[in-house]
This record gives sequence, C-alpha cells and structure tokens, in this order.
Amino acid sequence: MTGPGGVPAVAVRDVGFAYPDGRVALEGVDLEVQPGERVAVLGPNGAGKSTLVLHLNGIFQAQRGEVVIGGLPVVKRNLAEVRRRVGIVFQDPDDQLFMPTVHDDVAFGPSQAGHRDADLAGRVADALEAVGMADRRDAAPHHLSFGQRRRVAIATVLATEPDVLVLDEPTANLDPAARRELTEVLASLAVTLLVVTHDLPYALETCERAVVLDAGRIVADGPTADLLGDGDLLAAHRLYLPLGFDPGRARAQTSRETSASTSWCSNAST
Amino acid sequence: MTQGHPGGHGLDGLYVAGDSPVHRMAPEVKIAATVAYVFAVVATPREALWAFGGHAALLAGAVGLAGLPPALVLRRLRIEVPFLLFAAFMPFTGAGPRVDVLGLSLSEPGLWSAWNIVAKGTLGVTASIVLATTTPVADLLRGLDRLHVPRVITAIAGFMVRYLGIVAGEGRRMHVARQSRGYDPRWLWQARGIAASAGTLFVRSYERGERVYLAMLSRGYDGTMPALEGRRASASGWWPVAFPLAAWALAAAALVAA
Repeated sequence: MTGPGGVPAVAVRDVGFAYPDGRVALEGVDLEVQPGERVAVLGPNGAGKSTLVLHLNGIFQAQRGEVVIGGLPVVKRNLAEVRRRVGIVFQDPDDQLFMPTVHDDVAFGPSQAGHRDADLAGRVADALEAVGMADRRDAAPHHLSFGQRRRVAIATVLATEPDVLVLDEPTANLDPAARRELTEVLASLAVTLLVVTHDLPYALETCERAVVLDAGRIVADGPTADLLGDGDLLAAHRLYLPLGFDPGRARAQTSRETSASTSWCSNAST
Repeated sequence: MTQGHPGGHGLDGLYVAGDSPVHRMAPEVKIAATVAYVFAVVATPREALWAFGGHAALLAGAVGLAGLPPALVLRRLRIEVPFLLFAAFMPFTGAGPRVDVLGLSLSEPGLWSAWNIVAKGTLGVTASIVLATTTPVADLLRGLDRLHVPRVITAIAGFMVRYLGIVAGEGRRMHVARQSRGYDPRWLWQARGIAASAGTLFVRSYERGERVYLAMLSRGYDGTMPALEGRRASASGWWPVAFPLAAWALAAAALVAA
C-alpha cells in the first residue's frame, strides 16, 4: 500500500475549480483519506462529486489548492505515476471498455505502464479472478450483462495494481443481484476505496466513513452510520434514505453477514 | 448481431463459431491468403475458363475444410446481387459483334464482360465469406495488426466495431421515444425531425468519445495503442498460403497460354 507511515493515501487541500463557462464546481474541498480506509463521498447531483474524482488523477488540475496522492503532488510531471496509483472506475462501463475483448481491455492499463508477456498475463488473470470474470476473458464487451461489464471495468483498473480505487456511482443501473455481487467484490479488495454515490444504503454497506459534498464543499465527515442517522443533515443536502430503511439496524446486519460469510472470490490486488 | 444480452449491443460480424482447421488458422494467415487469392483471381484472363474452374475448386476445398454449410455460403452471396444485376445488362447494351442466344441478339464482348464480373465477383465474395465466417472480428483486428497495418487504422476499426452497436442502440431508443410521443416522421417534409435526431445522436456520440478518451487517459494512455495479444502463426502455420499459390499458378498458366 502507500508509502511510509503517516502519509495519507489521498490528500485534497482547499481545492477550488470552476469550469470554463464560469460555473463553479468546487469551492475549497478538504479531504484526507488514510491508506486502507473506505470512504463514501455522498452528495446530490451537481454537488461536484465527479469533478472531484477527475482531480484525483490529474485529468483536471486544481486551480486553487493541491491534491497529493501518497505523498506525490498531482502535477504534470507526476501524472503517469499518479494515474497508476489512482484507479478510477467511471459511471458508464461502455465508456471504460473500449477494446475488442475483455482480455485486451484489462491488459490496456498495465501494457501502457510497460508490463509485457508473463507479467502482463499474470496481472490480467489476477484482476479478472478478483472480480469473478476469469471465464469471460475472450468475450466481447457487448456480450456481457451490465453487471458483468461493471465488474470487468473494475478489473481493468485493478490490473494496474492501484493504491486507491475510486468508483463513480458504482450501483447506477445495476439490478439487485449485480449490486450484491459488486459489494462482495469490493469487500474482498484490500485497497483504499473511495465510493462516490448518492445511493446511501450502498455507502453504508461498503464504507465505514462518509463525507457529504454539497455545492462544492465538504459539509459533513464522520462514520457512515452516524451521518445516515442524522435526518436533518441529509434533508439539508438533498439526500434521502429509502422508505423504511433504518441505518442502525442495517449496519448491525451487514457486519454480522460479512463476518459470517467467506468471500467467494480470491483477493488478488494488494 | 446475434446473442443479444439485455442492454448489450454490438457487432459480431459474420462469424459463426466452429472448430475446423480453417477456424483454427491464425487470422493473419487467413487474411493474407484471402487477399492473395483474390488478386490471383482478378489477374486471370477472362477467356481462360479452365483456370476459373481451378479457382472454384480451390475455393470449394476451403469451404469444405471450414465445414461451412453450402446453404449458408449461398445465402451470404446474396450481397453480390446488385453487382450481378449490373452485369446482366452488359450483353444487351455492349457493342461489337452479336451472337444469337435463345433468339436474343447479344453482344459478344458484353457477354465476356458479364462473365468476367460474375466469375471474379463470386469467387472474391465467397473467399471473403470464408474468411469472415471463420474469424471473429477481434481476431481480424489482431491479424491486421500483425500484418503491420498501421495501428491507428486497426484502433479506429476496433473503436468502430465496439461503439457502432452502442450508437445504433441509442438511435433505436430515440426512435422509440419519438414514436411514443406520437411523432413518426417518414415523409420528405418531415425531414426536420430526422435531422434533429441525427444531430442529437452526433452530439451524444461526440460526448461519449470524450468520456472514452478520459477513461483512456486515466489508465495511462500516452498516444500509442498496445499490441493486441494472441497466438502468432508459427512458420508451419503458414501452410494455407498453398491455396493462393495454387491460384497464382493457375493465373500464370492462363496468362502464358493467352
């Protein structure tokens, strides 16, 4: 995992960003994530969540403040290494899977990083194994179900062995079964995890800590169960729990289940 | 476009799965052999009927080796029909000496031209059908890559294969949405509706292109596409070039005889 003790995996310090049309997306975001932490970034549509994600690997450069990944500032000369350390899984798997076959797509990242032959083959096999898709390596992306494409999209990023895995709305368009499979895949990975979502129950299932982003600022930061238990806070930022959902009881239930069940897929990426 | 998963759209080309010796050949060998064979057929003088018999026998051998049902090959040959229609006019419209066939006065050079188009066209199309039916699209791209076709070309072809189905799916959904709101333009004076949809589709595809590019950058894209992995043909794997070599021998013999 990330370097020497005490260095945060992700440090976002007072980052501000406005789009060329003048629309302000981020107004001074501060966020620190320690190695191995799992953090949900919650917020309504238009809060700046996706803009923040694109700052983490230098697609957008901070106009104000700084982003530091494992002690390495996100500036032009570090971009190749930053993009290896931070793996982003985008919202639409069809945007992420652009090669003719699953195998070629998973191999894209590591082969850009210079891995070849047996080393490359091993990374691809491990990444596909980690998401339970090893048997579909030769399939074309359009032959996979949406949930399978989502898992392959995660494998494409795992293959570069990132320190930080960032998922942008991972549950969008997933049916309940695929959503469940995704939870199990994420639970089996030993990486620092950032889950950007407005799916509150999912945040509770996957992340012990959550932050709320609204209007370009972090407005709350704490244990996920506590934030979701604060109805006033949620309502103030256009976040709503599903009808009848009780975060306290759900938390107790998920922790029982995860301790009882053994993970069905091997853990490849550390 | 078969084997549709819910939500999955894409091009599968003409590939039909199988396990024949032709299916197992390396794609670069099949592509090279097909192109070489087509050139041999085109180079054969049209008067050398016996040479075309030889070409057809070679091709029938390949179809048999690939285990393709003749009905499937014939069905796919229908793509050739518009060209054959064109050829069918030539004996009537051609100049030069006339011959009487079944009471019709036909132009002799026109008949030869028609035969030329029909014979060479059918052989060429059948050879491509054998290639396309036994080779998945992804393997065709690999084969072109290994034949040193510039990678920017294979990458563009790959993106087209990957995204054409998705764009077509978006187009279908927009069409359904239009119909659902009671608008189903099908006359010339309603072209505005079609044009607006086409424009929207273009903008959406353009935006998707941007998102795909961002996803590529995020995974370390530096301007060069990686080589597509796959087993490369060994020296002995090149034996199928015997087919086009035999065709070239026929063409050469026919040229000498002429």
